[in-house]
Amino acid sequence: MSRLCCKCFIVNVGLLSKKCTLYNTAALIGWNLILINAVLTHARCITQLKSPHVLPVSCATLYCPPSELTAMLNSFKDKIGDVLLPGDVFSFQMPESITDSKPEKVVCGPGLRRNGDEVLVCKSGVLRHKQPNLYWIDSQQRRYVPSKGENVIGIVTAKSGDIFKVDIGGSEQASLSYLAFEGATKRNRPNVQIGDLVYSQFIVANKDMEPELVCMDSCGRANGMGVFGAGGLLFKVSLGLVRRLLAPQSEIAKDLEKMFPFEMVVGMNGRVWVKAKTVQQTLIVANLLESCENMTAQQRRTLFRRVADGSI
Amino acid sequence: MRDTPLSNCERDFILKAIEEKKRLDGRQTYDYRNIKISFGTDFGCCFVDMGKTRVMAQVSCELITPKENRPNDGIMFFNIELSPMASPAFESGRQSELMVKLNRQLERCLRNSKCIDTESLCVVSGEKVWQIRVDVHLLNHDGNLMDAVSIAAITALSHFRRPDVGIQGEDVTVYSTEERDPIPLSIYHMPISVSFAFFQQGTYLLVDPCDREERVMDGLLMIAMNKHREICSIQSSGGIMLLKDQVLRCSKIASVKVSEITELISKALENDKKIRKAGGRCGFAESMPQDRITALKTHESPVEMTDVEEKAKEIVLRAELPHPTVPSPVLPGPGTGLVGEGLHSSWGLEEEEEDEGEGEEEEQHRAEKTSRVDVVLISDSDSEEEEVVILNQKAETKKAAISNQQMAADSKSKRQKKKL
Repeated sequence: MSRLCCKCFIVNVGLLSKKCTLYNTAALIGWNLILINAVLTHARCITQLKSPHVLPVSCATLYCPPSELTAMLNSFKDKIGDVLLPGDVFSFQMPESITDSKPEKVVCGPGLRRNGDEVLVCKSGVLRHKQPNLYWIDSQQRRYVPSKGENVIGIVTAKSGDIFKVDIGGSEQASLSYLAFEGATKRNRPNVQIGDLVYSQFIVANKDMEPELVCMDSCGRANGMGVFGAGGLLFKVSLGLVRRLLAPQSEIAKDLEKMFPFEMVVGMNGRVWVKAKTVQQTLIVANLLESCENMTAQQRRTLFRRVADGSI
Repeated sequence: MRDTPLSNCERDFILKAIEEKKRLDGRQTYDYRNIKISFGTDFGCCFVDMGKTRVMAQVSCELITPKENRPNDGIMFFNIELSPMASPAFESGRQSELMVKLNRQLERCLRNSKCIDTESLCVVSGEKVWQIRVDVHLLNHDGNLMDAVSIAAITALSHFRRPDVGIQGEDVTVYSTEERDPIPLSIYHMPISVSFAFFQQGTYLLVDPCDREERVMDGLLMIAMNKHREICSIQSSGGIMLLKDQVLRCSKIASVKVSEITELISKALENDKKIRKAGGRCGFAESMPQDRITALKTHESPVEMTDVEEKAKEIVLRAELPHPTVPSPVLPGPGTGLVGEGLHSSWGLEEEEEDEGEGEEEEQHRAEKTSRVDVVLISDSDSEEEEVVILNQKAETKKAAISNQQMAADSKSKRQKKKL
């Protein structure tokens, strides 16, 4: 086959952020920093399956050598790759006198939440770790919760006055101003119809306000965003698959590229748009993506190979 | 909650795919989705899965006073519940149009067709009769609710056992399940409804539309039939105009489908009876397969793979020989000259790939070129005359150049048509 034409709109590996409420001055997009000034004396408590309340181990506020600190973090690290459930607690205790231990920084990602001196697990899933100090829970869900900075595919449902109402699969419809397109002015309105697909980014997304979208970056350039979608197929997958597709070294995307050329737009709200040369190829790609959700890498590769062989 | 709106590109894509006779999940035009029937622990509880559409029916009975004008007949009561679990568009408590429509259709299908012998439900004439109540709950909506509901209702009715009744003089004793075996209802026939969705003003039809196909359809035709080829009910909604032979064709398709589905139902009932007799554990929990959370749960659906790729060899075989390059300008005769126009384009690289159907046409033209020396047709010239004949000695070379031009023009127009 001829040249490959695979346009993936890559987003930074933006995982869903949890709404952590804590004092943070340096809030990155969706991430929250926790400064833990710790000499750790508590053992980590794991709750049983049936009794979800926390059972603290007897604590002693003693000064402990830094070896204890590493012991605590080690037990956090022990759990990397384990399945954790909501209610699991990692406790840290600040002793009265700390002199020589360095403050350890632990970044809590989605699924982890700071509660005073403890880190609670909020979602069920597998604990993952990224160097140097990033921890998060890798969970599977289909319902999308808007969060700032994420690129999503929305469907325009209404035009009212100065804004478009866009459905992004969340609990509320987001609003998209008609001036938020590249080169749009009051006289020069963008050509957006009801039912069109827009690829846009959240600028306001929290639980208290209506989400707001824009189709341009901070410099005013479109940067790939805007109206699109003629001739392709839109379908919905789980959020975990979307994150896997958007990862920098995505194996799924690489395997798919080998099959035939196609265009793909991936929205973080679980919506994927595909377009290939013929209707048949588009349907094949859509069905493959929908089916490789629960497959291991090996199963997926055999499936793709079978499809590639079957086409000859 | 609001349902996800259907975007324009999905609508266009689905319609385009239907025109090419392709469905989203790889089925053929007349194929049903996978139907799975399972029973609960009680008699009269039945689950039907049709692809992702999921429906549960429960039958129960009660002794009540009969109607005044029909003292010897039992009463059948149907109720369909659209729970918000099935689709975000359904709201609990509010009677929506869809709910009324489904209820009416089910009543017409099962009650007016007299599939159940209501006289056998009479206990004491004028005083006590059985009221059979069928409650159908929609658990998941992925299109074609009516078919799933009708299958569930009639299967649950066939599965149901009512308590035995003993009459001694004036006393009526209702025996419980432990005392006497409950007896099944007497069912004459099994009406099953088959739905047809129409697109593009009746040009294309699909059997068993899924949710997205239902959203873009123009109209729906529902035919309820039993396996003896008797039509129990026909309903056409959406306001499409259907021709007589279209309706007849649909009824023929429906009779084939109904016999398949009736066979499936009787097999499921047989299996259940066998398991219960053997004393095995039966019920909903048993009928769920043991699935690990990481196992691939989706059903394998056939996706047609033919004609997807072209092999290089085929392209080479079909490709035409490159035209001999003609130096420009071409002088076909005194006083005339051709520059550029009519000469075959030498950028043959991109065009060869799209030459699938054109290869044959151009071969045909080439064969005709030798025979069609006399007729000269220039299709894309500006001249308003129909024929342009140039009177000169070198008539053949001119005509050869012109028919080349015509071929190029034809292939150009074909390519344009293909791109559209």
